[in-house]
Amino acid sequence: MDLLSQLRGQIADFSAFLHREGFVDDQFTQLQKLRDESSPGFVVEVVSLFFEDCEKLVNNMAKALEQQIVDFKQVDSHVHQLKGSSSSIGAARIHNVCIAFKTCCEDQNRNGCVRCLQQVNHECIQLKNNLQTLFNLEQQIIAAGGSIPAKQ
Amino acid sequence: MLGDGDKMWLKCLEKVSGNSCKIHHLYYQYIGSMRIRKTWWRKLLVAWIGCWIAVSVWIFWYMSSQAFEKRKETLASVCDERARMLQDQFNVSMNHVQAMSILISTFHHGKNPSAIDQRTFARYTERTAFERPLTSGVAYAVRVLHSEREQFENQQGWTIKRMDTFEQSPVQKDDSVAEALEPSPIQEEYAPVIFAQDTVAHVVALDMLSGTEDRENVLRARASGKGVLTAPFRLLKTNRLGVILTFAVYKTDLPSNAIPRERIQATDGYIGGIFDIESLVEKLLQQLASKQTILVNVYDITNQSHPISMYGSNVSDDGLEHVSALNFGDPFRKHEMRCRFKQKPPWPWLAITTSIGILVIALLIGYIFHATLNRIAKVEDDCHKMRELTKRAEAADVAKSQFLATVSHEIRTPMNGVLGMLQMLMGTALDANQQDYVRTAQDSGKALVTLINEVLDQAKIESGKIELEAMPFDLRAIMDEVLALFSGKAHEKGVELAVYVSDAVPEMVIGDPGRFRQIITNLMGNSIKFTKKGHIFLTVHLVEEVMDSMDVETESSSRNTLSGLPVADGSRSWVGFKIFNPEGSSHTPSPSSSDLVNLIVSVEDTGEGIPLEAQPCVFTPFMQVDPSISRKYGGTGIGLSISKCLVGLMNGEIGFVSIPDIGSTFTFTAVFSNGCCNSNDSKPQKQRLKNQSNTMSSTFQGMTALVVDPKPVRAKVSRYQIQRLGIHVELVLDFNQGLSSISNENKAVNMVFVEQEVWDRDSSISALFIYELIQIDQGTKLFLLGNSLSSSRTNTATSGFYTPSVITKPLKASMLSASLQRAMGGNKGNPCNGEHSSLSLRNLLAGRKILIVDDNEVNLIVADAALKKYGADVVCADSGKKAMKLLKPPHKFDACFMDIQMPEMDGFEATRIIRDMESNGHIPILAMTADVIQATYEECQRCGMDGYVSKPFEAEQLYQEVSRFLQPITSVNL
Repeated sequence: MDLLSQLRGQIADFSAFLHREGFVDDQFTQLQKLRDESSPGFVVEVVSLFFEDCEKLVNNMAKALEQQIVDFKQVDSHVHQLKGSSSSIGAARIHNVCIAFKTCCEDQNRNGCVRCLQQVNHECIQLKNNLQTLFNLEQQIIAAGGSIPAKQ
Repeated sequence: MLGDGDKMWLKCLEKVSGNSCKIHHLYYQYIGSMRIRKTWWRKLLVAWIGCWIAVSVWIFWYMSSQAFEKRKETLASVCDERARMLQDQFNVSMNHVQAMSILISTFHHGKNPSAIDQRTFARYTERTAFERPLTSGVAYAVRVLHSEREQFENQQGWTIKRMDTFEQSPVQKDDSVAEALEPSPIQEEYAPVIFAQDTVAHVVALDMLSGTEDRENVLRARASGKGVLTAPFRLLKTNRLGVILTFAVYKTDLPSNAIPRERIQATDGYIGGIFDIESLVEKLLQQLASKQTILVNVYDITNQSHPISMYGSNVSDDGLEHVSALNFGDPFRKHEMRCRFKQKPPWPWLAITTSIGILVIALLIGYIFHATLNRIAKVEDDCHKMRELTKRAEAADVAKSQFLATVSHEIRTPMNGVLGMLQMLMGTALDANQQDYVRTAQDSGKALVTLINEVLDQAKIESGKIELEAMPFDLRAIMDEVLALFSGKAHEKGVELAVYVSDAVPEMVIGDPGRFRQIITNLMGNSIKFTKKGHIFLTVHLVEEVMDSMDVETESSSRNTLSGLPVADGSRSWVGFKIFNPEGSSHTPSPSSSDLVNLIVSVEDTGEGIPLEAQPCVFTPFMQVDPSISRKYGGTGIGLSISKCLVGLMNGEIGFVSIPDIGSTFTFTAVFSNGCCNSNDSKPQKQRLKNQSNTMSSTFQGMTALVVDPKPVRAKVSRYQIQRLGIHVELVLDFNQGLSSISNENKAVNMVFVEQEVWDRDSSISALFIYELIQIDQGTKLFLLGNSLSSSRTNTATSGFYTPSVITKPLKASMLSASLQRAMGGNKGNPCNGEHSSLSLRNLLAGRKILIVDDNEVNLIVADAALKKYGADVVCADSGKKAMKLLKPPHKFDACFMDIQMPEMDGFEATRIIRDMESNGHIPILAMTADVIQATYEECQRCGMDGYVSKPFEAEQLYQEVSRFLQPITSVNL
């Protein structure tokens, strides 16, 4: 039980950290609430789907931005997608970068777009790592025979 | 001259008016090109000045020439006058000399011996000298042929003497003259002087024919038979200029047409008169007054090239001169008189002043033009500047609006945080009071957001740009909101707050809820500021209702008030309203328009009242009763004026009555359209607006409640609020009546509301009542209607074994339902589940088949999970086209959530197509959007969507939207 409570403490600290640093917001908490007995892997599923989606979009955008004539409309629609999904899972930082990205697209600012894309990529990697850590902790708890703590 | 001047002025005026016309013309023609106009004007001005300089020079010339002419005329007339007079006088003298010749011929030659000798002649001539004022002397020479010379010399006793030598030395003394003269040389004939006046006695014995002048004279005289004049010469002795007039004396009377030879032969002698021209003219001029102003010269001009001056100084002056011809009766000799003015002509001051005056006037006019032009230019410049400034001000205004918008937006964001947290707080386990506090806090927060919007609107009101909306709204809900807003303050002050809406008032009216609320909020705000004890009572009636009860309900209102304190009689506040005093005696204000709802709203308080002297200016902006008031209570004092303005916009009137230390009652009327007549068609909308209380009402539908309250007014309010939950209400005055009513078998009383006042009056009676109630045992719940928290607490202490739930006033439907639900909820078995909307959502969504359309997989999964959590049966579609296929009727979906921005076919288009496909039935389609802005909402409505929800889902908002379309499946029974 000692290990379990320790892990719980860690996971609470870590999710507090994630919130504080703005990696995730309340929507992520809501998402976690949606997890129930029937689908214990819901969050992981959604998040991994998100990252797949994310990777695809980032690649597409990178390709689009490499073109001689950039189709900003297309980039914008990609960004919109990313923005929607990031807001759905509560990835606050990515969401914010997307907002800036969208503005750049509207201004047809190629350099800005490239910078934003890099930022999105960077944020994605960071979030991925962080969430990976979180899920690992949860896995450890489950492995230790506990249940994942209910969110406030 | 005057006529000329007039013409000139006319011209001038014409020019001025013409110019002013031109100014107008030009002003409009060249409004755009100032430059051109400026140079044009400059040229015109120069031309104007030049023109007038020319005109004034001309006037000067004209006037001075006029003066010159006049002077010349004067000179001419003067000169002619003198010449004529001279001539006349000369002629008179000449006639006398001629008369003398006749005398000689008669008395000297006609008589023998002669009747005249030298002495006689001298004496005669001396005495008749006055007749010939111009002659200095007269002499008579006789014709002597050479043959007769000796005889003649002897007879006379002297020899005939030569004259030419005499002439050569005229200066010799008298006495020596005779001796010095030489005897005349031998001639054919002689003309020695025999008689002479004393003044010229020295010429006696001189031969006239020997002097050149005299000889010529004599010869001419005897040939012509007329008076002949010599050229002027220096007279002997006097040495003055003179002329000699010579007449011939004939032996016989000759006919007037006698030839010269006959005349010569008939000649007897010659009479000569010496005219002293100088003295003659002198004398003449002395007779005339203007001698000093005129210089007169007389010339003999027989020889044209060498005029001989006869009189006058020989001052050569090229000034003005007039020449008058003189005729002295000698055709051979010609004379003339030349007159000049002595003084130089005076300066033509009149001409100078006139021309200068005109010039000055012209210059002044020019200056006025110039000044006007400058002024116009300046004004234009100013206008230009002003326009610039206006532009800038407008820009600043826009900036201000933007700033306000930004700031209000910035305020909204944290406010949303506050509201969100409050909402979360509501989701936790709370008791009824706490829940109400949180809701009140939330409502107040929402009101604050509204207020921020109202701050923006205030500017609109001031600029008169405000426009009222026309949308259906629930009047009672608005009243509740207002009540909620002020309930906190009322609690603090211990003031009872109540609202009553007459049953006759339609549930839904069409108008501007925000503005209506604003007015009421203003009035309530004022009331609560100035009320320390007693109550504030907000009532809404129909105008017709009030009019009918006007006459009946006059005396009852004295003590029958909410708190028992006296109030100002509200009916007096609207006696002045036009709606109550329609012209003539037509009864209803607008009988034809049954669609219109005339509301009369009054806010009655038991506050300080308004001092009588301040009452007239209550509606003036920024006027407060007393400067100290703003210190004491705060506020700007603009509220009432805004209210008045808004009431005016609602075709209403506002008025008040106030008695110091008793209270004030503000009343206003407003005209709305009736929203009830079509309430059946627009059920969803109505329900949306009524949201929470509506769903609650279903919970209590059909129940019966008993209100124990001795005060009819208060009981009325309680009844109104409880009735809104669908509960049937009975009013009783005390416990006994209450018990009898409960024990009536025919009906079941589900709940009893007891006024705190009644409850506290006597605790034993209250306890007895509880006991009886338990005895009857119908599961009747007991509620106390308490004024404030403190009283409820004391109450808990007094009644030991059974503690009734206390519902804190002010009563409002939502709060009442919350309290009731809590009390009743015990029976249902899940008392602590306070997550109201989430519970309700479960009610609404459980088992529903819902379609979610979103191209974003992540979104889709999240939304799917969220809705599934509420028990919905969810189907996902990842494009508009799929959604279209799925929604092709017939289908089994209850609702559809649609993302707006999708590739290929966006949400709007998909909806449009789906709506086209729908033949009967109408599936609610809600947009899912991340940016919830008004424009999107309108867009949604335009293409047939029913509303929108935020993405990701927010429980409260989702509930609000969904509840409009879906009725809860599981009706909760007791």
